[in-house]
Amino acid sequence: MRALLELGAVSVSLGGRSVVADASLALERGQIVALLGPNGAGKTTLIRAALGLTPVTSGAPRLIGDDPSRLSPRERALRAAYLPQRPQAIWPVSVENLVALGRFAHGAAPDRLFPRDQVAVDAAIEACALTSLRKRPMNEISGGEKARAHLARALAQQAPLLALDEPTAGLDPAQALAVAAILRKHAEHGGVLFSTHDVTLAANYADQILLMREGKVIAQGAPREALTSAALREAYGISGSIEQIGETLTAIFRV
Amino acid sequence: MSASLRTSLALIAFSIAALGAALWLGPVAVDPFANDAATRTIVWDIRLPRALTAWIVGAALGLAGAALQGLLRNPLADAGVLGLSGFAALGAVIAFAFGFAMFAPLMAIAFAAAAALIVTMLGWRARGPASLALIGVGLSSFAGGLIALALNLAPNPGALADLVNWTLGSVEGRSINDVMLVGACLLLGAILIAFAARGLQALTLGEEAAAAIGANLLRTRTLVILGAAACTGGATAVAGVIGFVGIAAPHLVRALAGHDPARLLWPSALAGGALLACADIAVRLLPTDSELKLGVAAALIGGPVFALIAARLAARGGDA
Repeated sequence: MRALLELGAVSVSLGGRSVVADASLALERGQIVALLGPNGAGKTTLIRAALGLTPVTSGAPRLIGDDPSRLSPRERALRAAYLPQRPQAIWPVSVENLVALGRFAHGAAPDRLFPRDQVAVDAAIEACALTSLRKRPMNEISGGEKARAHLARALAQQAPLLALDEPTAGLDPAQALAVAAILRKHAEHGGVLFSTHDVTLAANYADQILLMREGKVIAQGAPREALTSAALREAYGISGSIEQIGETLTAIFRV
Repeated sequence: MSASLRTSLALIAFSIAALGAALWLGPVAVDPFANDAATRTIVWDIRLPRALTAWIVGAALGLAGAALQGLLRNPLADAGVLGLSGFAALGAVIAFAFGFAMFAPLMAIAFAAAAALIVTMLGWRARGPASLALIGVGLSSFAGGLIALALNLAPNPGALADLVNWTLGSVEGRSINDVMLVGACLLLGAILIAFAARGLQALTLGEEAAAAIGANLLRTRTLVILGAAACTGGATAVAGVIGFVGIAAPHLVRALAGHDPARLLWPSALAGGALLACADIAVRLLPTDSELKLGVAAALIGGPVFALIAARLAARGGDA
């Protein structure tokens, strides 16, 4: 079976500046890949390039075998769901209305859901614990609830690849773990590519880590192999390590 | 029944009542079903075309406003505020002043499309509703200057007063031909905008995510620009510049039909029609020596309403 996502030495320059240099990756079904690195490392650009939303300067992204920049928007949306770093709800539509927009590529609209769309929307709302909020307008719920609503929108898309830009930013620890559990559930049949600043979360939930700095991948592999003290120091410029406490891997940075 | 459908049915009933009232009400009291020649002329040749023109112009402007608001994700967007109306008037004025009046509607539509294209390109990444409105202010002023220039250079100065008067906006004395013209433009605009409805819905998520859920934004943008231009161009060619209907109609409808940009389109058209039909009855009934221009009345009511909406948005930090 073809990989969900393959990046072969992908580079992106924006405004003459190299933002991503020679990033390679194979993401199979069943896998979660985490992008780590300081602000400005190129994580967002790499996700966008992988989905064909930002043109690459060189290299070849392959989304289930095809160059995503050559796919129609609809075809691309059926293969990959994307959650931007700062998802927006311009108009204060209801939570369920927002989630239903995830069915766009399937030909549905919030006011015209076919049974299978309704099933997908209900499942996404339930998975993100939004059932009691589904009729509430987006401008009247909390930041964490908004983040979950946008994640539910991406889940409702039912694309094999979930590409999420900092899905746990601004969430409390319990909510962040709930999101991680949702990603793991999705990875039972699909794949997940997500960026985060939560090194501990990435170490525990990702099958593969890409640690980036200034556009370059400085470490790549299984969490314990990639996240060495040397790599963490090179990426973030501070001393840190991954320790095992019981079943859990914990990132510790020395103050 | 959805809120959008309920709102639409109520607005249709209201519109029919307004159009009916327009046949009865006026400076001369008549029974519209009296069967004498004078009554027939007043009711069916004067009042009916005028009322229909007012309604269709209002519907076209309301629809254009709702579509532009969805496209630009901005509750202050409207054909008048964004300069489409000003450019449409410029196109029509050029046609009238230089002696090819029959092309006035086409010129109005073409110029409105040019303005829509410019404002969309400049305003696509505008941060917050106010900055987009400022781009529109610039375009509108520019159009005003160009209209003055066109009038200045016009070979037939005798018609100038008429033209200036016309740009103030009115549906007085419009015929069934005007009804057909603006009706055809509304139909064309409505068809184009109908195909953009789903894209507008997707834009609720912002540009980035809309593209990622599968919306073809180039197509949505093109359809809305052309559709809004057809509506605005047709309305302006027939009735001159009438502002604020495009802001007021969607704003009123949101309270009833919700915020989904696709479900706002048709109720906004109906609300725009009803609003302008009522406003035209009001200007006809006002006991002024010379009749108050419909465009002037719209500005007198709509200007303060616009300022209030803008102030409320500003107070909430640009959050609609």
